[in-house]
Amino acid sequence: MRSMKLKTFSMGGVHPPENKLSAGREIRELSPSDVVVIPVSQHLGTPSKVIVERGDQVKVGQLIARAEGFVSTNIHASVSGKVSKVDIFPDSSGYRRLAVQIKVNGDEWVETIDRSGTLVKEISLDAEEIRKRIVEAGIVGLGGATFPTHVKLTTPRGKKAEYLIVNGVECEPYLTSDHALMMERSSALLVGIQIMMKGLGVEKAILGIESNKPDAISRMQEITRGTAISVQGLKVKYPQGGEKQLVKALLNREVPSGGLPIDVGVVVFNVGTVHAAYEAVQKNKPLIERVVTVTGKYLKQPSNFRVRIGTPVSHLIEQAGGLPEDTAKVINGGPMMGKALASLDVPVVKGTSGIVLISNEEARRKAVIQCIRCTRCVQVCPMGLEPYLMMNLAEKEMFERMETERVLDCIECGSCSYTCPSSRPLLDYIRLGKAEVAKLVRSRKAV
Amino acid sequence: MTRLIVSPSPHTYSGESVPRLMYGVIISLLPAFGVSVFYFGIGMLIVTTVSVLTCILFEYLIQKYILQTKPSHLDGSAILTGLLLAFCLPANIPFWMVIIGALAAIGIGKMTFGGLGNNIFNPALVGRVFLFISFPVAMTSWPEPGQWMQYTDAATGATPLALMKEGVAMRPAGEILSEMPSFLNLFLGNMMGSSGEVAAFALLIGMCYMLYRRIITWHIPVSILGSVFIFTGILWLVNPDQFANPLFHLLTGGLMLGAIYMATDYVTSPMTGKGMLIYGAGIGVVTVLIRIFGAYPEGVQFAILIFNGFTPLLNKYIKPKRFGKEVAHG
Repeated sequence: MRSMKLKTFSMGGVHPPENKLSAGREIRELSPSDVVVIPVSQHLGTPSKVIVERGDQVKVGQLIARAEGFVSTNIHASVSGKVSKVDIFPDSSGYRRLAVQIKVNGDEWVETIDRSGTLVKEISLDAEEIRKRIVEAGIVGLGGATFPTHVKLTTPRGKKAEYLIVNGVECEPYLTSDHALMMERSSALLVGIQIMMKGLGVEKAILGIESNKPDAISRMQEITRGTAISVQGLKVKYPQGGEKQLVKALLNREVPSGGLPIDVGVVVFNVGTVHAAYEAVQKNKPLIERVVTVTGKYLKQPSNFRVRIGTPVSHLIEQAGGLPEDTAKVINGGPMMGKALASLDVPVVKGTSGIVLISNEEARRKAVIQCIRCTRCVQVCPMGLEPYLMMNLAEKEMFERMETERVLDCIECGSCSYTCPSSRPLLDYIRLGKAEVAKLVRSRKAV
Repeated sequence: MTRLIVSPSPHTYSGESVPRLMYGVIISLLPAFGVSVFYFGIGMLIVTTVSVLTCILFEYLIQKYILQTKPSHLDGSAILTGLLLAFCLPANIPFWMVIIGALAAIGIGKMTFGGLGNNIFNPALVGRVFLFISFPVAMTSWPEPGQWMQYTDAATGATPLALMKEGVAMRPAGEILSEMPSFLNLFLGNMMGSSGEVAAFALLIGMCYMLYRRIITWHIPVSILGSVFIFTGILWLVNPDQFANPLFHLLTGGLMLGAIYMATDYVTSPMTGKGMLIYGAGIGVVTVLIRIFGAYPEGVQFAILIFNGFTPLLNKYIKPKRFGKEVAHG
């Protein structure tokens, strides 16, 4: 890493122990399990419409559910075999939702997919064709938010994209999948970034990486030399990977309240998403697999796996050495923002960046005591809110006041709950408030 | 099958806790305690021991028998109140008065409001002011430093602030100052005053430790000391005969103890940086007004209690800078 002035966002933030146990582990191809379950709503937006039936034979990469409307995505078979069920299955959010179950048989791919290892540098498609290919491939934001990528590639009327920001921050503790991608797939990422720039019609791109990944910073600096892409090192601080924080850190622009990065001329994509875009556009490969970090303090082999979408989480854990005795929680995502799984039988989906096993000691919440108004939650809030006040208001059901205190700005990063010395469930109450305020806003619109 | 815990994020915690913070403050008070024992000897030891033990005892008794909640008398907050109360009493005060002060601090200052986190006024200062009004003589007779083995029988004298207050009516401030301990002695604490408030340097060491551990932020001490320095500095420049040197005001009385430990009490100080600055500046200005124009030679205690009362108002109207401009929703 050449010496470089590190940037960061100015307001709030915390520094939880990084625990990047699987850093430096090569991405291992995980052999598919016998059965996969592919949910039809793996993205933010309308669930897709299933177009296969029980008994159908499918190939890897074959479309099995089609996007319904603009904010929706295509879903493809990640394995070859026979559709054994189209039914309701529990997914990683704990809800039971429609999914396609496939019994694996061989590994037969759709012929049009380029499975060779050669790097295709030449970008022959124009912006419109790029967008179309990304729609076809069913790409969503792989950082965890799973917002359909083609929607972000479509700049709304009256707005103009000036910068592409590529998010290689990976500020969540434990997770290393983006790090691994940057180390092993840097050339593909370079082409991917150029594809996204072409798709957006922007001249400038910045790749932000935290300084705890110096090897990734040097690798990406080397490979982007002489291009319009700059690589910027960032001070390690959570939640720097949040879009608004990242835009602030890199460009010193503040996304307005209730707005999107495009309001300040920026579009942000995660490195995983960019990699998926490369494969979709240059290799004609839909989003059927992704890199997943499987990790935990007591796990035998913390690993970075390339996993087919729909593989059960239990399979990943077995391949990483089995579920340790001392496991209190299994998190889909990172420990700060991920969701706790109720069962290990749920499938890996497009938004699964990691599976983190949390021990009893880490998971334990201490007894909640009185707020002593130490101001820590106010100091760490990256959105300039007052979490202690939000909790008081939510307890008293003063939701109108919560709205004027801008509760909807909360990005749910969890820094307040993380830092509270009285162990108060601040974010839990803020979520309650957000839900109630959202209802208020909807009811006003309806009138 | 393994039973998994399902709960919303975050799934990891910083490990920070109320006792850790409270004991952090207590540790930071040790240098000042050491210096005070050096100056006031056995009196300081007796007053501190009685104060801390009775604060813990009253907290325990009130929680157990009156509020009937699980006692949390060892979370460090009662010990801290006891220490701070002892620090702002003369080291020769009879121990039974200390007990009354502790009862006022914990009973009236803290528990009547519902205990830790709910009190409006700083409990230690409530205890001090209660004693100050009840026993004005005992609370304004200050032992001379260096009498290790004397307790209530120690030879006493007036504080520099009191001497200044009485003196400026007749003589120029500079002349009075020349008869007092040097600034170096004031900085080291070699003067008459409340047991724990004298040693500015030891209190500053404690502040550095608290800043380093991030127990407090700089806003309150800096704004109090800064506003006192500026305000008294202006007065001094206007008329150096009538008004004392600003450095004198910084180093004497309870200002350091108040600015670093009393005003920074979490529960009774504002929640935002901006609010803290206003609160601190207000305390500084009111302190100077009382010291120079008021009836008492020292005013920090009243200034802090007054602005404790303003804290809820500051919290309501002074908001942190929000991220991002607000645009119309809709």
